[in-house]
Amino acid sequence: MSTTELTMGKALTAGLRSALAHDDRVVLMGEDIGRLGGVFRITDGLQAEFGAQRVIDTPLAESGIVGTAVGLAFRGFRPVVEIQFDGFVYPAFDQIVCQVAKLHYRTQGRVKMPITIRIPWAGGVGAAEHHSESPEAYFVHTAGLRVVAVSNPQDAYTMLQQAIACDDPVVFFEPKRLYHTKGDVDLDADVCDAAPMGLARVVREGTDVTLVAYGALVNTALDAALAAEDDGISIEVIDLRSLSPVDYRTLAASVRKTGRLVVTHEAAGEAGLGAEVIASITELCFHHLEAPPVRVTGHDIPYPPAKLEKHHLPDLDRILDAVDRVLDRPNSLSGVTL
Amino acid sequence: MHTLTTTTPPASDLDDVARLLTESGQRVSDPRLDRWTEDLDADRLRGLYRDMALTRRIDGEGVALQRQGHLGLWAPAQGQEAIQVAAARACRPDDFIFTSYRELGVLVVRDAQPDDLVLGWRGEVHGTFDPNRLHVATPQIIIGAQTLHAVGYAMGIQRDGGDQVAAAFFGDGATSQGDVNEAMVFASSFSAPVVFVCSNNQWAISEPVRVQSRFPLAGRAPGFGIPSLRVDGNDVLACTAAMRWALEHARSGQGPVFLEAVTYRMGPHTTSDDPTRYRDAAELEMWRRRDPLARLEAHLRTLDAFDDAFVDEVTEIGDAFAARMREAALTARTRTPIAVFDDVYAEPHSGIEGQRARFAAYLDGFADEEDAR
Repeated sequence: MSTTELTMGKALTAGLRSALAHDDRVVLMGEDIGRLGGVFRITDGLQAEFGAQRVIDTPLAESGIVGTAVGLAFRGFRPVVEIQFDGFVYPAFDQIVCQVAKLHYRTQGRVKMPITIRIPWAGGVGAAEHHSESPEAYFVHTAGLRVVAVSNPQDAYTMLQQAIACDDPVVFFEPKRLYHTKGDVDLDADVCDAAPMGLARVVREGTDVTLVAYGALVNTALDAALAAEDDGISIEVIDLRSLSPVDYRTLAASVRKTGRLVVTHEAAGEAGLGAEVIASITELCFHHLEAPPVRVTGHDIPYPPAKLEKHHLPDLDRILDAVDRVLDRPNSLSGVTL
Repeated sequence: MHTLTTTTPPASDLDDVARLLTESGQRVSDPRLDRWTEDLDADRLRGLYRDMALTRRIDGEGVALQRQGHLGLWAPAQGQEAIQVAAARACRPDDFIFTSYRELGVLVVRDAQPDDLVLGWRGEVHGTFDPNRLHVATPQIIIGAQTLHAVGYAMGIQRDGGDQVAAAFFGDGATSQGDVNEAMVFASSFSAPVVFVCSNNQWAISEPVRVQSRFPLAGRAPGFGIPSLRVDGNDVLACTAAMRWALEHARSGQGPVFLEAVTYRMGPHTTSDDPTRYRDAAELEMWRRRDPLARLEAHLRTLDAFDDAFVDEVTEIGDAFAARMREAALTARTRTPIAVFDDVYAEPHSGIEGQRARFAAYLDGFADEEDAR
């Protein structure tokens, strides 16, 4: 095994290159992905290498991008579309939910939608309005879609190829604040040998608390686990990776061991992934729980202006506060009646 | 192109259309279209009549089955047989067609079977026929969404180096939807081999076409860079010619085409609609005089090609198909409850499998109760 140190952005580029090279039914579509190489340069160099027929600069119309991808899928292609920013996915929502998600079901399996929808996602980059959204819950709630979120360059490289190869539609969330973060990537590893896309991963073992995160917050969760060690608290950190389906086998095994659960995500708390995970784990592991599970999430507000975003996004302190709460140690809500 | 003058839209004139048959079935010339119908001899015309008559007969049976409680809903196609049949017949079998929920004539031409036409409206399944067999997509309920699918399919044809064409059928109401306009943007930008067939049947449920557009619909396409033709949608000859022209244009790499077929929705929007609430008998009567079948019949009679024997033959075909539809509806068996989980995903999915297992256990509980009794 030989690894290269790559940013997440470059790992994604490598994943796309590999997919384009191995399957000539793969086509990329999106605004500015061709000549410019994408506003985040994720598709940099790919049009020059594979041509404008396979790496397509589209008109400025998200519904059009996804709708034509549906048509290409009817014709047997494997489209990988880029939605330029999370907050711009909504014009395509009808095509994604009514068509992409439902055509396999509608046709009783005769028509497949092997479409990958890549979305630069979430905040923490001081961006303008609509450029820091976390809309994953809408897609997790839509049957017929798979939803994944990567947290590191290796997963970005591997899971993107898995998503593209998958015969089901995959909404693929890429945390933009990690695009320039480096990590080791084994470019030669066979994607078929990699952990399946639908599995969560225990990224740090622990015994006292199960801390579930995805995307950029996996790093924050690991930082929290490191800090908690100094207080003699052992946190098991799980990277969800797959948001739909959720790997409850891995989660439940952890919670049965620790008895305490904290879930964190940038997205607003109401009806978010935290609610779903906690409801399911409570159903599966109630008698193993030592304390009520705790969520650490974005507030139920529109994403705030850049100067205030750090008060909205879960950070180290808020996560550790939640860990204290689930351990029945003094915390910000001690003595507070909710 | 630089002007500050306001645009005065041309008055909407139902007769400002390309036409090869008058209302009374007389053949008239249109130099743009004549050459496209030279091969339409009496036999071929009778074939078109057969298809249109079958479509009408099926449509009537669908409405009847709904009124009798065997189907939940039916969207009548009455009055629109000419454009549907002509356009579908003009296509090659390997051209792929994307329709709305009303293109019964297209399904008939593409050899949809009786089950295919009733099981969806009965609520047994969402999609009936295999799109890969008929080369027709499952009829679309989301207004206009299919136009983008057709353009994407056409973009796929280009990448395959194929010479097929994709066709999208939609109504006048659909032209207000963003998707239809985006489809025209994409089709034009990529010069995609796609034909847009807009059946302007004058009504989108209760809204007349003037609510959708102050400008003739065919007049919008050139604004996107797409050539267009406004054709008499009840004239099966003109519709055939127009579609042949359009397909040749697209197939030869010259890009998309937009046809506006001016026709009329003789029936309600669906069997749940009551059009007496918003349109009058006089309008209906005017369009009855423009009926596409009557017009072709009149023309065939001028060719001495329409007799009682032909009527009997056509009637027999229609009645036989209708009887099979009725039987399919009445003998339909609803699938087992656990089937609700089928085909949500193409690949194994832990979430669905878990739910299926739990629901199966729940259903088994009833079986045990049954046994206990």
